[in-house]
Amino acid sequence: MTPGAPLDVQRIRADFPILTRQVNGHTLTYLDNAATSQKPRQVIESLVDYYERYNSNVHRGVHTLSIEATEAYEEARGKVQRFINAPSPESVIWTRNTSESLNLVAYSWGEANVGAGDEIVTTAMEHHSDIVPWQQLAMREGATLKIIPETETGRLDMEQAASLITERTKIVAATHMSNVLGTVNDIKALADAAHKVGAVMLVDGAQSVPHMPVDVQALDCDFMAFSAHKMLGPTGIGVLYGRPEILEVMPPWMFGGDMILEVSYEDASWNDLPYRFEAGTPNIADAIATGVAVDYLSALGMDNVWAHEQQVTAYALGKFAGLDGFNLLGPREVEDKGAVISFSHDSVHSHDLGTALDQLGIAIRTGHHCAMPLIRSHGIVSAARASFYIYNTEAEVDILVDGLIEAESYFSKAGIL
Amino acid sequence: MQKGLGDLDELYQEVLLDHYRNPRNTGRLDDPASEVDAVNPFCGDEIHMQLGMDGDTLSRISVTGQGCSISQAAGSLLSELVEGKTSEEARELRELFRGMMMGEELSDDVADRLDDNLALQGVRRFPVRIKCALLSWSALIDALDKAATAE
Repeated sequence: MTPGAPLDVQRIRADFPILTRQVNGHTLTYLDNAATSQKPRQVIESLVDYYERYNSNVHRGVHTLSIEATEAYEEARGKVQRFINAPSPESVIWTRNTSESLNLVAYSWGEANVGAGDEIVTTAMEHHSDIVPWQQLAMREGATLKIIPETETGRLDMEQAASLITERTKIVAATHMSNVLGTVNDIKALADAAHKVGAVMLVDGAQSVPHMPVDVQALDCDFMAFSAHKMLGPTGIGVLYGRPEILEVMPPWMFGGDMILEVSYEDASWNDLPYRFEAGTPNIADAIATGVAVDYLSALGMDNVWAHEQQVTAYALGKFAGLDGFNLLGPREVEDKGAVISFSHDSVHSHDLGTALDQLGIAIRTGHHCAMPLIRSHGIVSAARASFYIYNTEAEVDILVDGLIEAESYFSKAGIL
Repeated sequence: MQKGLGDLDELYQEVLLDHYRNPRNTGRLDDPASEVDAVNPFCGDEIHMQLGMDGDTLSRISVTGQGCSISQAAGSLLSELVEGKTSEEARELRELFRGMMMGEELSDDVADRLDDNLALQGVRRFPVRIKCALLSWSALIDALDKAATAE
């Protein structure tokens, strides 16, 4: 057990109104946090506060409301900057979500830097969001996409990585933590390998930033993408961190208001960072609420968040080890594994399991988890996934496991085992 | 007393379970008039369907696939219902089936025509699973369209 201040989970739970909701006659057991997290009252109230008290457009008014909105919007950027230890606020760009952040890099940086014969290296455990933009870029430019494989123990094959990253590599794109396997990858090692050949390192941080201390400078990555809604914040807002000297020379990819410096009928020049990449009226309310979510997590301490999730995950792995018929995907030990337990059953399809658990008020994810190639490489078409966060308890793991046993017995009686 | 899994009985009716355990019409056709793969992008369920046509009559059908009990049983139930029907009759049955899934009242005549496929009525109470039951039916329409253009 990691020492430190353990989370006061009951107090945390009291901040999340949704956790008292009844689903099919049971108190909700919410175990779909890798898809999206629930929101604390503080975040919900900050949205109401913004719209009731100082709703206004940013960066363009001289009136009081606009000044307040602009200050709160930029203050939230500063909170995110400190949260991931980015070198400057200008290196934090607001986007819609992780996918948009990745697309921004693929279009803006990618089209300027990747050409025919170049190579893009990604991994076997990426979300579709970190595969498809690179596939498309490779097709547009005549480049090649290479995949770092997964080992039998659910880790990245770092030996293969070393030989796949070559002088032709322009970018290495890897997830910090797999949304299916829970595997936490050694980003620093990949970044070192990338930098050695003059390539840039992009990290999909959608699953890591909400759950562990993340320091973009210590990881030495050039880009990091993540979404607010998986870290207690609202939907519709995400972040792209970019190394300032790289962002500085990247061309804009969307054009419009706020991203320009000067416009004539013939031409336009571009605004400074980060606004060059934030065309149009931004998602002001949700950016501010993201700052509140970051405050909430910072007050808990990300070391403590990680320690709590390690404890719940270790407990769950222990329980699953004693469950016949259920097959775990990914690492079986909690070391370098986040709070994600994916599994399939020998004979019951994950949707049937999911529907049964829903009858018991238990929310898990089922299906391909937006990682079709990974799921198929495991010889299955679908998996069930339970994922934990700050408000989940070992008692909820028991509810899940009891539910799975009850579901299995139901399907056994139904004759489909 | 908290609710258990009893409500699932409405979803997993015996006819459906039987078709899931022992799917009908899974043999591959040697010379199909048309062939389609249907995938539900939200969940990854897959159906492979082959049609054999004798004039306008759907003389043979093969349905295989991978996925949940609802999607796979629905494919098997569909195969029994449409085999031997004309393409127009098959399309009508699809409309009747879709109507049932969308919650329309079923007349005795419609219930008769849908036959064992009525067992999928229980899916209506689990709206997120309706797409599972409809996957094979959309594959059927694609396959019929393909057979018609191939002629």
